[in-house]
Amino acid sequence: MNRNQITLDQLPVGRKANVTMLTSDGTTRRRMLDLGVVGGTEIEPLYRSPSGNPVAYLIRGAVIALRSDVSKKIVVSVS
Amino acid sequence: MGLTNASTGAGVLNHCGLHIEKETEQDLIIALAGNPNVGKSTVFNGLTGMNQHTGNWPGKTVVNAQGKYRHNGTNYIMVDIPGTYSLIANSAEEEVARDFICFGGADAVVVVADATCLERNLNLVLQTMEITDRVVLCVNLMDEAKKKKIRIDLPRLSERLGIPVVGMSARSGKGLDKLMDTVAALTREEEKKNPLRIRYGDEIESAVALIEPVVADVLHGAVNSRWVALQLLDNDDSLLRSMKNYLGYDLLESQEVLQQVAQARRELEAAGIPQEEFRDEVVTRIVKTCEEISRETVRFEEEKYAERDRRIDRILTSKLTGIPIMIAMLFGIFWITISGANVPSAMLSEALFSLEQPLNDFFLFLSAPDWLRGIVVDGVFRTLAWVISVMLPPMAIFFPLFTLLEDSGYLPRIAFNLDHFFCKACAHGKQALTMCMGFGCNACGVIGCRIIDSPRERLIAILTNNFVPCNGRFPTLIAIITMFFAGAVGGAFQSVVSTLMLTGVIVLGVFMTLMISRLLSKTILKGLPSSFNLELPPYRRPQVGKVIVRSIFDRTLFVLGRAVVVAAPAGLVIWVLANISVGDMSLLAHCAAFLDPFARLMGLDGYILMAFILGFPANEIVVPIIIMSYMATGTLTELENLSELHTLLVSNGWTWLTAVCTMLFCLLHWPCGTTCLTVKKETQSLKWTLAAFAIPTATGIILCMLVANTVRLLGLA
Repeated sequence: MNRNQITLDQLPVGRKANVTMLTSDGTTRRRMLDLGVVGGTEIEPLYRSPSGNPVAYLIRGAVIALRSDVSKKIVVSVS
Repeated sequence: MGLTNASTGAGVLNHCGLHIEKETEQDLIIALAGNPNVGKSTVFNGLTGMNQHTGNWPGKTVVNAQGKYRHNGTNYIMVDIPGTYSLIANSAEEEVARDFICFGGADAVVVVADATCLERNLNLVLQTMEITDRVVLCVNLMDEAKKKKIRIDLPRLSERLGIPVVGMSARSGKGLDKLMDTVAALTREEEKKNPLRIRYGDEIESAVALIEPVVADVLHGAVNSRWVALQLLDNDDSLLRSMKNYLGYDLLESQEVLQQVAQARRELEAAGIPQEEFRDEVVTRIVKTCEEISRETVRFEEEKYAERDRRIDRILTSKLTGIPIMIAMLFGIFWITISGANVPSAMLSEALFSLEQPLNDFFLFLSAPDWLRGIVVDGVFRTLAWVISVMLPPMAIFFPLFTLLEDSGYLPRIAFNLDHFFCKACAHGKQALTMCMGFGCNACGVIGCRIIDSPRERLIAILTNNFVPCNGRFPTLIAIITMFFAGAVGGAFQSVVSTLMLTGVIVLGVFMTLMISRLLSKTILKGLPSSFNLELPPYRRPQVGKVIVRSIFDRTLFVLGRAVVVAAPAGLVIWVLANISVGDMSLLAHCAAFLDPFARLMGLDGYILMAFILGFPANEIVVPIIIMSYMATGTLTELENLSELHTLLVSNGWTWLTAVCTMLFCLLHWPCGTTCLTVKKETQSLKWTLAAFAIPTATGIILCMLVANTVRLLGLA
């Protein structure tokens, strides 16, 4: 994996990144697509829940909470 | 807690499916679609004058709701369909939405979108436009957008999409007339529109071109053939299933269709788009189109337009303050409920019981037989008086408070905060939302479990919903706490102690939910938690006046009405049981004596256990039945306030342990009749309905026995 490429769950709060790849499949992948998570989409982690998981992300103007099993399967590149 | 006339109690058993009753042939059917939580139900209520439940959290509407409005002499039948992000069916509610748009025979589809998050919402608009030309886009929450300095160029949007676009602030009713006019014009086909057609890459377009003609031959225009062709390429089984259901065709029975699909797939594969990437290609194209349109039509004049929401969220969900604030909020609501309910409760009961003497005199005056007077006054009237005076005040306070919280957008934050625990229990994060609905009514909570799309986790949520006490059980808990525990501390602390105890009971309920969910996940419903996403909507200022009126007239009085309907015959039955003797004891005493040994083991007595059994139709009547039973056997006749009730209970052998065990059993016992019926309907299985009955009951019995015998062993009571 490229130096700038990390999975979304590793992206620190407040840091913006762009989606490069979805590694999930089936329903999870479709759900991400429904939310507009496609190549190039900008995502920013906003805050962690009290236990650190899930994390709320800003995706296309909406705040969406994702558990780490999902965010692990989104590869992003940090600019 | 989705509580309205239509969604509480037996009402939840109707209103599913696609069946629509037209009054006349000219009636037009209008579907109302949209992402979750964009105010569809508010638009629906605004148009139809109905009271479909609304609130600021995604997933309130899980079944189609219908309503009518009349505009310029034509009847319109509005169908409010569940909110979805897309029309690709992943879950039950998305399937409902898609099926209605495809097969519901709607004359027009109104897609409601959130002005503060337009780009994401356009996805569904474009998908809907692939199925039908008759689409109106209703951009709701324009008022919220204005506050956040988000400007939307509606004419440009309409031009780009090629469909009519109406701006709306549904909460204040702005834009409703315009929407009705636009829908009318669209259905009369006065305006010729030219809806935007998304063109996918050449590879996909030529694949579609291969399939579309043969599909069109089979379907005869029943469904848009281009769209069906795309779904066939995407291998959407659920659509084929639905098509078979509603139209009676199985597309895959047509050899020609099969051949063309196979051919098209081969060509796509050769062009570098394998089956698994097809969906990505299509969605990416749609999403990019949304992005483009949104860039042209939406202007954010304030870059940090959501800064206030972010700041609130950081406090409400942080590690340090998230959970304490949640519990404090719960405590606050209960405290206001308990301390506020005391005085009106006492006044009501005084007023109602002061009617008892005149009623008695009236029967005397009629020289009616004593048994008739007994049935009506001692049986029916007294039970009713108790139900009303004990239940009405707490409900009238609790419901509006909870609704305010719900309208503000806090519930999804609760789910966010608690998700980790549900994850640990191998359950679904949205179970926290269905749990919240259970506070209002467990039957609603069970229906609400449809927002959970993994069948295993949905079943867990259904089976454990009853661990959250519904409004029918709150008054029982509050009454017992006030009599037995808060009385010990005087004055101002009394309501604080009551509240603390009640909060403790709720926390215990949540704890039990998690424990049992985990137990189920490890035993009969083995599996791992499924992935999900939860939207945290922007906070909205609740409309206080409306909330109070709506929750009192719609929820409170309705739930009370249901309790009264059940309580009156129950009062009658109890009175009859108490006054017909076999041998030297009344029937009531016989039944209680039979249950007594077992009940004692649980720290209860025969009468209490029987009250719970007789309370099966509605939990609200448990306490009145206990009182009735004791009064029928005891000597006390006047009962005007809680302290007299306390005396009655104590003289019948209640100790603090009895009170604790009664509360535990109230929290943990079988679901009421309506909830059981709902579980049966939702699971389509007698086995799971029995499980929903048995699991909380067994938990309650075991816990009560444990507590009672431990305390006795230690000699504490």
